[in-house]
Amino acid sequence: MTDLLTDPESVRPTRAGSTVEFRGLRRAFGTTTALDGLDLEVRPGELLALLGPSGCGKTTALRTVAGFERPDTGEVLVDGEDITRVPAHRREAGMVFQSYSLFPHMTAIDNVAFGLRMNGTGKAARRARAAELLELVGLANHAARFPRQLSGGQQQRIALARALALRPRVLLLDEPLSALDAQVRLTLREEIRRLQQQLGITTLFVTHDQEEALSMADRVAVMRAGRLEQCAPPAELYERPATAFVANFVGVMSRIPARPGADGTTVGAFGRTLPVHGTLPGPVGTDGGSGEVDVLVRPEAIGVTADGDGTSQIVGATFLGATTRLTVRLAGGAEVMADVATHSTAGLPVGAKVTLTLPDRPVLVDRHSWGNGGRSGG
Amino acid sequence: MARLNRTGYGRSAVLLLTGAYFLVPIACAIAFSIGIGAPRQALGFEAYTGIFGADGFTDSLTLTLKLAAATIALVLVLLVPALVTVRLAAPRLRTLVEIVCMLPLVVPAVALVAGISAVLRWGPDHFAGTPLFQAMAALQAPQFPMVLVLAYTLMALPLAYRTLDTGFAAIDLRVLVEAARSCGAPWPHTLIHVVLPNLRGALLNTAFLTLALVLGEYTVAAVLGYQPFAVWIVATSGSQAQMSVAVSMVGLLVTWMLLLLISAAGRARRPKENS
Repeated sequence: MTDLLTDPESVRPTRAGSTVEFRGLRRAFGTTTALDGLDLEVRPGELLALLGPSGCGKTTALRTVAGFERPDTGEVLVDGEDITRVPAHRREAGMVFQSYSLFPHMTAIDNVAFGLRMNGTGKAARRARAAELLELVGLANHAARFPRQLSGGQQQRIALARALALRPRVLLLDEPLSALDAQVRLTLREEIRRLQQQLGITTLFVTHDQEEALSMADRVAVMRAGRLEQCAPPAELYERPATAFVANFVGVMSRIPARPGADGTTVGAFGRTLPVHGTLPGPVGTDGGSGEVDVLVRPEAIGVTADGDGTSQIVGATFLGATTRLTVRLAGGAEVMADVATHSTAGLPVGAKVTLTLPDRPVLVDRHSWGNGGRSGG
Repeated sequence: MARLNRTGYGRSAVLLLTGAYFLVPIACAIAFSIGIGAPRQALGFEAYTGIFGADGFTDSLTLTLKLAAATIALVLVLLVPALVTVRLAAPRLRTLVEIVCMLPLVVPAVALVAGISAVLRWGPDHFAGTPLFQAMAALQAPQFPMVLVLAYTLMALPLAYRTLDTGFAAIDLRVLVEAARSCGAPWPHTLIHVVLPNLRGALLNTAFLTLALVLGEYTVAAVLGYQPFAVWIVATSGSQAQMSVAVSMVGLLVTWMLLLLISAAGRARRPKENS
């Protein structure tokens, strides 16, 4: 794989990044609601990842910007201008698709120059710009090749060059890496990110791969059932998920059975009273007994201390490199996961009695999940 | 090894029988056209050399080729946008379109022409003095009977639908169209510059099958009283039997050559850049 050029000045879009806004977007396909009142704003020049499980509406949202789906109600605005009724070919939105979308009967350079040909750019000018873009994606020496003579990664890079050829107001990436093998995917996502930052182009990136979203995006919008759950920078999304769904979907969560406080703002777990982040899920407090709610905590935030008198016991350990993930069975039978530094696991063998501690900060609380093994998400 | 040999012999026998089934009648026809086996007749190629000078040959062939060109154009203009629409916008209509396109298979040419004749007879009585009367007269103009184009289009629909549908199934139409649209191509440009070039093989095959159908169609034209190529061959066979067979042989040869050309064109890729 050829490295990207680091100086894309010659192909920089002439305008600054655009804003993209979704306002109350609704779209139903028969009885299935793909978008259920989506409100979201993409800031100029940022890469925003739309993340969510299959069927959450993320691709539909992207396609409404491209003009391939028309919302039932709501608006899509680019730079404040309502483009909901503008036909797809006048939207100035470059798009890279999940499947290989190069025109099979054209060479790489013809593919890149296609948009310029459509807008009437002269032959010499469009070939020069197409050559610049091929150089930008590191495939200048593949100009004369047909798509069938290129690897999947090369095809997607040429598709990216084609999408950038018309200096689009917004770049739309519809899971462009999902058809590629793992190594190419890693390389290409770094290249896409670098290119996006260098060009300063507003980019919407649809993915169901949380690692991809967290590693590439300025902000990640987590969607569920056609609605926005949370939109935040990756670190905030990971550290302070707004809802149990986000917490479960992004990263791994340990669920610890807890006792809701009488005032509805605290919970009791591991003998401590902790403030609740957000609100307690209702209905709570009907019997006041433990097990009504779960505290959601990242495995790395749980402290594990060897304690011969402890009521919890290590029942499994998984080596993850720098850390080791311990599975600890609590006194009540629930199992939680805790990550500890691998070098400190010498005193924490499987079968050892331990005491668990929670961080001293507000915790996210969800309804108790009966029968869960103390873990969720992935 | 013995089993392999037996299989080889079996294949050769089947090939031989199939070849004989096709080639013996052709050989007999060629023999007849050059005078082999005919008593009191010298061997010669007069039947072939006299084709171009034969009365009515050029007119009938020209008419047939014009009809074929118009039929091919009409079939493609009707079917390509219909199939694109069905695949992209209205997949539920796919079965309906398929049934409509396949319907001519179960309607014999005689039944079709009987219906057309009835309409053409009935029309002038009811529409005399209206523009519709003029339109019906124009449909039957002897120099270019559009009514034959309409009938041939109907008859070509099943073949054309199957061929084009297979062509569409071989490409990811939605992604290609959306990629072109996101590059700023309006619908007509998308069709011309992206969809049609990727359907080249299917389009050529459709054109070829339609041409073959029009070249060989006799019933509709004969009943309606026109004399395209097939009707001329039959009419000539009464007075110049050898020439009518010679013409058929030449027609067969030309058809095969066209088939080979189309097959080669379908495989060939455009090596040079065109942007």
